[in-house]
Amino acid sequence: MSWWETLRSGMQSIVTHRLRSSLTVLGILIGIAAVILTVGFGEGATSSVNSAISALGTNLLIVTPGSTTTGLVRGGFGSSSTLTYQNAVDLANKIDCPDIAAVAPQVTSETTLVAGNENWTTSVNGSTPAWLSVRGRSMAEGSFFTQQDMNENANVVVLGQTTAEELGLFSPVGETVDIGNIPFTIIGVLNSAGSSSSTNEDDLAVIPITTAQSEFLGTSSVSTIYLEASSQSTMGAADSEATDELLALHGITDTADADFTITSQTTIENTFTSVDKTLTILLGGIAAISLLVGGIGVMNIMLVAVTERIKEIGLRKALGATPAMIRRQFLVEASALGLAGGVAGAGLGLIGALVIPDFVSNKIAISWPATAGAIVVAMGIGVIFGVYPATRAARLTPIEALRSE
Amino acid sequence: MTQRQPAIARRPIVQLVNVWKTYTPTSVPVHALRGVSISVFPGEYISVIGPSGSGKSTFMHILGCLDVPTSGHYYLAGTDVSEMDEEHLAKVRNRRIGFVFQQFHLLPSLNAWRNVELPLIYAGVDRKSRRLRALEALEQVGLGDRVDHHPNELSGGQQQRVAVARALVTEPDLLLADEPTGNLDSRSSADVLGMMDALHKQGRTIVLITHEQDVAEAAERIMRFRDGKFLPGSGVPGHEEVVV
Repeated sequence: MSWWETLRSGMQSIVTHRLRSSLTVLGILIGIAAVILTVGFGEGATSSVNSAISALGTNLLIVTPGSTTTGLVRGGFGSSSTLTYQNAVDLANKIDCPDIAAVAPQVTSETTLVAGNENWTTSVNGSTPAWLSVRGRSMAEGSFFTQQDMNENANVVVLGQTTAEELGLFSPVGETVDIGNIPFTIIGVLNSAGSSSSTNEDDLAVIPITTAQSEFLGTSSVSTIYLEASSQSTMGAADSEATDELLALHGITDTADADFTITSQTTIENTFTSVDKTLTILLGGIAAISLLVGGIGVMNIMLVAVTERIKEIGLRKALGATPAMIRRQFLVEASALGLAGGVAGAGLGLIGALVIPDFVSNKIAISWPATAGAIVVAMGIGVIFGVYPATRAARLTPIEALRSE
Repeated sequence: MTQRQPAIARRPIVQLVNVWKTYTPTSVPVHALRGVSISVFPGEYISVIGPSGSGKSTFMHILGCLDVPTSGHYYLAGTDVSEMDEEHLAKVRNRRIGFVFQQFHLLPSLNAWRNVELPLIYAGVDRKSRRLRALEALEQVGLGDRVDHHPNELSGGQQQRVAVARALVTEPDLLLADEPTGNLDSRSSADVLGMMDALHKQGRTIVLITHEQDVAEAAERIMRFRDGKFLPGSGVPGHEEVVV
């Protein structure tokens, strides 16, 4: 009996038992669709997190203040104000820190901006002219502020695109905007950096740090110092140079007592990636369980089929079907059910990957290797869970099979 | 007896020598066959008659290579099949035996000619000749105009004809009919028995198993089965001297 004949006969019995076959397929279908969406969700999340992180700038190190300790009470992360503008200036020193290409200290406060009748609350950042290159941004129109603006504590501001739009300013350069009741002149608008689900890099305002400190904060401490390493390969060196310099400046000898933290883009990336992986493994586990349940469904149905078709099996054997032929027939049937579930599940998964992002903010990546793999796995499940019923069918003696009523 | 004059010169197609079949469902063994010996020669039409429980079903299973004897020998066309495994038995059934069952045993999802071609699929015959031979066999049983009908569109008698066509399509050495009229009304029964007769006249070897005397009488030789063996002198076998 040829494979072609076996296949034809398997297909025939699947078609004959349409309802039962489609219910069996449904179990596999759901499992496979879940796998494809899970993998797609994981990959989509990873890529959006990665693009959000790389939007911060390139070869970036982020220095944040350490916690304060008052008596035995340790304050929250970044609660102290140990970093100063002067620290940033010192870190820019090429002799002590040759691998640091640029330094941009930053202070941030949430402040309301008013332009004409429109008002909008956004994060107002005080920084230096180096901010633009350190954060990997560029100007859409106008220009960034200069060292001279810094020296003069000039009331000039650069807006992000979203901020400009929200304030109803479509030709903003040269216009005036009130920040905390102090009028500022808009000298430029930043190019869009894109947004992720958690941050909008286009909704911000940047003013000279000196202006921010004198007009709003009255303090010389800064909330963050951004460092740009000279290249990808010198990030480690830049990190240790910055650490040594800051320890020396703060008069600390033991690194364990450091009152600041240096984070690299890579560490942030790794953290997110590992969270993503955990999530993917978790969802993948659920999908695997649903596949297992689907497989047991196939086995269940095939066992029912063996019992129900016991007479047919007996007849086929009486007519000359060998045990191997009967086994093959049931295996082909089970794997065809698996394959059908796999293909239908892949179809549903791909449709889901295209449609679901319209309703939720998450991106779902379509992975072709995962899709092909899922179909193969579905067929494999059909084969594996078909083995036992097929063996049972093959072992039936023709007499007991023919005798049953 | 006239037909069997040259019997000694011919070789039997079926020869059972002291066949026993013992079941041990519990610790007490049940002997279903107690030393059955019979020879069937090519072209013979034999009926085996016995009450239910006489062991004639077991005899039919052994004869049809659906089961093997506990002891004794069964030579089918000269080959000892009494110790074959299921794989080889399946091939022997496929090539040498055509079954006609009381329940017809047609597959309801297949039409008449698809049912008839089934044994040819297992024999590895190619598609084209399968269809040709199936149609030919259906023509032979007078169903040439019903080849595309499904079993549920055929009467009982017609279904049994399809089953006969299926039994004939492989040109078997032995046609084994197990209560072929058991599920039929008297007209269809006569019809099927008439067909058996016609096949016998064409030279087919037929063994018909039944519990009805009038059905058994359709055959040229009647073997009486009782308590796991043939009654002495029934059918006047007298072939035991034939050595394989």
